[in-house]
Amino acid sequence: MGDSAYSFSLTTFSRTGKLLQIEYALNAVANGRTALGIAAVDGVVIATDKKFASPLVEGEEVRKVEKITEGSGFVYAGVGPDYRVLVRKARKSAQSYYCEYHETKPVTQLVKSTASVMQEYTQSGGVRPFGVSLLVAGMDGDGVPRLFQVDPSGAYFGWKATAIGKNYVNAKNFLEKRYQDDMELEDAIHTALLTLREGFEGEMNGHNIEVGVVSKSDGKFRLLTPEQIQDYLDEAN
Amino acid sequence: MDFKKIFRMNDKLYVGLAGLATDVQTLDQLLRFRMGLYELREEREMSPQVFTNMLSNLLYEKRFGPYFAEPIIAGLDENEKPYLATMDLIGAISKTKDFVVAGTAEGNMYGMCETLWKPDMDEEELFETIAQALLASVDRDALSGWGGVVHIITKKGVITRELKGRQD
Repeated sequence: MGDSAYSFSLTTFSRTGKLLQIEYALNAVANGRTALGIAAVDGVVIATDKKFASPLVEGEEVRKVEKITEGSGFVYAGVGPDYRVLVRKARKSAQSYYCEYHETKPVTQLVKSTASVMQEYTQSGGVRPFGVSLLVAGMDGDGVPRLFQVDPSGAYFGWKATAIGKNYVNAKNFLEKRYQDDMELEDAIHTALLTLREGFEGEMNGHNIEVGVVSKSDGKFRLLTPEQIQDYLDEAN
Repeated sequence: MDFKKIFRMNDKLYVGLAGLATDVQTLDQLLRFRMGLYELREEREMSPQVFTNMLSNLLYEKRFGPYFAEPIIAGLDENEKPYLATMDLIGAISKTKDFVVAGTAEGNMYGMCETLWKPDMDEEELFETIAQALLASVDRDALSGWGGVVHIITKKGVITRELKGRQD
């Protein structure tokens, strides 16, 4: 494998200095279902569109928002199977960290190590970059709510609020108008749902979106149930 | 011989290593290495709890060919509360709130500490207690002695005093 004809990295510089494979990966992300996140003063919310190509798809088992540690979770836009690989690696690294230090892996560390994995896949032989951007929401022992975006290149950014995937430009404009520095978690959840609805085709309900929340009250990351989501949607109407 | 076996990890964290001299020095180097990487990576100091678990891990990695050393970890945690722990040579941790002892004079030191220790001592009382416990213990131990060194870790800083003992 190491010296086969395909063992070189597919991600090579073009003459203009661009890495086209990474740009293609970003296109895959931009075509993916919208995901967004908002960091409030007392928590973080991440949410995503979970609409399927056909009404016949059994959707209850499909999970897009995933818990990684007690206090953090991921959501993505882009290629689903690639995301699962990253989730598996992130969970494993978080468990190793716990094994060594007996302390939950901090969100910032989770972001750094996941970004390192994604970077590695832009420079290694026989692999292609991940076709996903991640949103990482979480809270560490210090109780500061944090939201990060990780891109296929391995670049990562901290945000107060952001969106990725289809319509992300519009969603970010909407968030820029709605975001306030003193926002509380409940407001943030509402704003997240309103933003998601802007670019949503059809009627949103508890089953065709997913929402993950970290709250300062207990510092835990949890998925909202379809019923809870429906309650928030009813409130928004 | 004058041999250093207490190592400063940071302002509020010291580790004492009793055992085979070469392993004591190697462990100090490995701990500084792992801690240095941690602090660069996480941009924060390591808490005594995390340090204890890291050291325990480091020792257990060599479960079937262990470093011959018994560590004592002493410091102040993030809330400035005293922290004391020890472990055996393969990393089995035990945490106490009164005293921990390790080394060839262990038995003697248990006796001394059990008689001299009392709760809520201030810096000076603590120094006097630990100095007397140590000197009395090593005097009746053939393998240790030649004075001692005491570090009192306080919120304000560390007080280090060398003890003069029997030189035979």
